[in-house]
Amino acid sequence: MSIYVNKDTKVIVQGITGSAGMDHTEQMLQYGTQIVGGVTPGRGGTTTLGVPVFDTVQDAVEATGATVSIIYVPAPFAADAIMEATDAGLDLTICITEHIPIIDMIKVKEYMADKQTRLIGPNCPGVITADECKIGIMPGYIHKKGHIGVVSRSGTLTYEAVHQLSQAGYGQTTAVGIGGDPVNGTSFIDVLKEFNEDPETLAVMMIGEIGGTAEEEAAEWIKENMTKPVAGFIGGATAPPGKRMGHAGAIISGGEGTAKEKNRVMTNCGIKVSESPAKMGETMIALLEENNLAKKCKTH
Amino acid sequence: MNIHEYQAKNILRDYGVNVPTGYVAYSIDEAVEYAKGINNDVKVVKAQIHAGGRGKAGGVKLAQNQDEVREYAKEILGKVLVTPQTGPEGKEVKRLLIEEGCNIDKEYYLGLVLDRSISKIVLMGSEEGGMEIEEVAASNPEKIFKEVIDPTIGLTAFQARRLAFNLNFPKESINQVAKLMLNLYDAFVEKDCMTVEINPLVTTKEGNVLALDAKMNFDGNALYRQKDVLELRDLDEEDRNEIEASKYDLSYIQLDGNIGCMVNGAGLAMATMDIIKYEGGNPANFLDVGGDATPEKVAEAFKIILSDEEVKGILVNVFGGIMKCDYIAQGIIAATKELDLSIPLVVRLEGTNVDLGKQLLNDSGLNITAADSMGDGAKKIVQMVKEAGN
Repeated sequence: MSIYVNKDTKVIVQGITGSAGMDHTEQMLQYGTQIVGGVTPGRGGTTTLGVPVFDTVQDAVEATGATVSIIYVPAPFAADAIMEATDAGLDLTICITEHIPIIDMIKVKEYMADKQTRLIGPNCPGVITADECKIGIMPGYIHKKGHIGVVSRSGTLTYEAVHQLSQAGYGQTTAVGIGGDPVNGTSFIDVLKEFNEDPETLAVMMIGEIGGTAEEEAAEWIKENMTKPVAGFIGGATAPPGKRMGHAGAIISGGEGTAKEKNRVMTNCGIKVSESPAKMGETMIALLEENNLAKKCKTH
Repeated sequence: MNIHEYQAKNILRDYGVNVPTGYVAYSIDEAVEYAKGINNDVKVVKAQIHAGGRGKAGGVKLAQNQDEVREYAKEILGKVLVTPQTGPEGKEVKRLLIEEGCNIDKEYYLGLVLDRSISKIVLMGSEEGGMEIEEVAASNPEKIFKEVIDPTIGLTAFQARRLAFNLNFPKESINQVAKLMLNLYDAFVEKDCMTVEINPLVTTKEGNVLALDAKMNFDGNALYRQKDVLELRDLDEEDRNEIEASKYDLSYIQLDGNIGCMVNGAGLAMATMDIIKYEGGNPANFLDVGGDATPEKVAEAFKIILSDEEVKGILVNVFGGIMKCDYIAQGIIAATKELDLSIPLVVRLEGTNVDLGKQLLNDSGLNITAADSMGDGAKKIVQMVKEAGN
């Protein structure tokens, strides 16, 4: 088991003929992901990397039975791409695209509010279920199959956490990057709920960063609902206030969104917080040992 | 992206928001000349810098006549204002706003912001005009009223009226205030703002409603479709290195430490700063080279890091993943040679072709120390910088 995606997931790539779309489609196919189609308006009827290309998401879904899409469409057109995926009734759409205007995302969220499609991202590395299905831009080789769920606002910091876990012999179920934008589709809590329900996942690594209060809200939810142990890390303890640290959402404003406050709330809610980004793996292992799960979770 | 008060007021005026008559002046003579065109004895001379707290720092003066306009313009223009928002180094005033004075009856606060927890724009107001909204939120949270805006409908007239009533505006001003709020929201959405603040919004003894100050911050991601807003960018107000970095699509922020860092990905870049501090050092910057760190970008990143004279060592932390480490290593070697790097350089590479990348660094004959992990890299650079006597 895993969450959101597995070896049977059929995926279409929106923006498959662009350079990023093509490069990553190749990587995903190599990983074993079932890429069953691509969408580029005006390129319907052609093939790219052996994958049939369609003019619309609707055409692609009808022809292939895909339930998930991944979006590599440039920022000015990405909001429309998300809505097209939603209109086609997909279960899940994962938007890698960075730099989508906030006003566009606010409208997209409203558009999706009463529809069945889940959005992960934007500005995220994607979702991977180790050894089964990689939908995103993360390096596949660092992920090992196992029992730790990983959820994060950052891309490369997720790779770092996964790498530390895998090197220590602790594999993962699914790693989900929810993205670094202030308006995104899937929250920490959404992912935590899934991990809580997933029988294969025995513990969760949650990686946040400065800005907003999503980590605090997640921590409160964990305290009330989570039946599995959670370890965490917050990036940006040394970030100055009022400066946007690369990610659109990573900004301390009006005294809100500091790493110190997030760490405090998370610790108070029973999350084991790593004091250094080099110790995310160690912290998780210590947590597993405290919960008598270390043996069960050691996979290699 | 931030703009000046006078620029924000010009935009708002176009949207039908009532603002005082005013002109921007770049010299004392201009200030005096423009003041003649203002049909009011009292003129306000306001320093234009991208920071709040100007009044307390002596950057806002009320002139009772033309001589005082000249006197205050002379005093403020060229002055370095230090406010809580400028940092200790302050900011030099290069532009003045010469504005019509008014008879303030009462001051209010109005703001439009994104509420991240609900992904909607919220219109906020308080009767405590002139105070920072964060202060009001801390001391008198019951004095802040909010209206959550439906993104498809926009701010509605009844919401604007309700907020105006909640803020206890005089009855005869309610419609005027509500109209101002609706206009403000239109400007916010059409110009792709992140925040708009009117502090204070005032009622005058004559019964007018006026935006006496205006702060607008724009969504950097939307500037591609806001060409007229982009033209308002004032590079004097921005950090020179940050501007240089943005030309190469690098995200750079200068800090006050002495260990420069170059990282791919914003989260890892922040974590790299954190770990330098954790190991007892001080990060000199945030730098995200992005997902496509070409050798050219790496070289530019090094140049920008080194332009900060405080930098006594550099830590490179690249989790390449799909990006090839040998390619990054080539970029680092080329940049090291080109810049004749003489300070310690520690490189941590992870990802595709990592062994090849490390091999290239080791074989380069250059003074580059390879690290096995980010923890190892941070320890090494902190130690090397300390050993070098810093």
